[in-house]
Amino acid sequence: MSSDKIIQVTDADFDETVLKSELPVLVDFWAAWCGPCRAIAPVIDQLAEEYDGKVKIAKMNVDENPATPGRFGIRAIPTLILFKDGNVVEQITGAVGKTVIENALSKVI
Amino acid sequence: MTHDVIIIGGGPAGLAAAIYAGRAKLDGFVLEKMSPGGQVLITDRVENYPGFPEGLTGFELVEKFSAHAQKFGMKIENGEVASIEPVGDLLNISLTDQRTITTRSIIVATGATHRKLGVKGEDEFIGRGVSYCATCDGPFFRDQVVAVVGGGDSAVQEAIFLTRFAKKVYLIHRRDELRAIKVLADRAKENDKIEFVWDSVVEEIEGDDQVRSLKILNRKTGETSTLKVDGVFIFIGIVPVTDFVKGLVETDEMGFIKTDQWMRTSVKGVYAAGDCRQKPLLQIVTAVAEGATAAYAVEHDLA
Repeated sequence: MSSDKIIQVTDADFDETVLKSELPVLVDFWAAWCGPCRAIAPVIDQLAEEYDGKVKIAKMNVDENPATPGRFGIRAIPTLILFKDGNVVEQITGAVGKTVIENALSKVI
Repeated sequence: MTHDVIIIGGGPAGLAAAIYAGRAKLDGFVLEKMSPGGQVLITDRVENYPGFPEGLTGFELVEKFSAHAQKFGMKIENGEVASIEPVGDLLNISLTDQRTITTRSIIVATGATHRKLGVKGEDEFIGRGVSYCATCDGPFFRDQVVAVVGGGDSAVQEAIFLTRFAKKVYLIHRRDELRAIKVLADRAKENDKIEFVWDSVVEEIEGDDQVRSLKILNRKTGETSTLKVDGVFIFIGIVPVTDFVKGLVETDEMGFIKTDQWMRTSVKGVYAAGDCRQKPLLQIVTAVAEGATAAYAVEHDLA
């Protein structure tokens, strides 16, 4: 079950929701066909609950939103990109454990 | 509280161990750092697991395993193990989130992960053309040219899978014949989109913001050439996920855990099953068999 704290972003609202966000944003680029994306989903859910109010946790379906992944040169999923003030702070490719993601988040809070 | 058994890893070995441990009414649970599945999740189609003659996806099989394990009372908990420490007759498991679990036995079923080539450009271009998962990243290479490195079952199966998207797939192998089983090798040779690059190794992955080409060495002629590609998929074998038990249980020089035929490691109360264990055949069907054996051994040894 997906956490209701997770924001679904699209090509249309990416700039507004992510780049112009006051809070740092972690975006999980995923697709239904991708096994490792499914594998990290529960970790993303937990982070959305635990970092509520500190970091926005967002997901973008790359099948439905091809423009944004192209903009960031994404050719592998899952890719997690951490944004702060519209800039890329960290990019993580592939399925990783929670601690790797938490180490990245610790740089922005 | 002290558990009977903690199963570390929720792939086929761990989930099969959970089915048997659950039915034996052992107290414990499965610890998984992500969600259940392991390497099976990146497999496009499982065609050799008994009972499914039509084949099924890795997802589907894992969902069945996972539901089956939970049916017999074994929970799957989220957590990543940092270390294991024997204390008297018990074992303490420390998790990366500072939790500690005390148990009478442990089944290590942490599996394996992809081996890297170890060449210049590999780390730099991960996610920008370098991939270890064709089912995840294949769709990003529609009508493009990709290379697959390796000659075993995984390499050949994934090369065939990639022909659904790519207009051309080079299969680069260090020898002049495939190691893959015949049914897969024949399928690859019959595929017009696959071109074999024999006796060759990748020396460097080159590009700018994306992968653009590979520097290839032909081991027979000694000649170096450049192969223009948009992506490279690497399937050259696996490395066991056993760092957290290094120095505790006996392993071979590659890190695979040594066990007896009951799946007992060199440490009392610690068992190993699946791809993290030293063995001749790394398959789902052997992983589940070992998981079952390990759970049976736990039950036997605790009695």
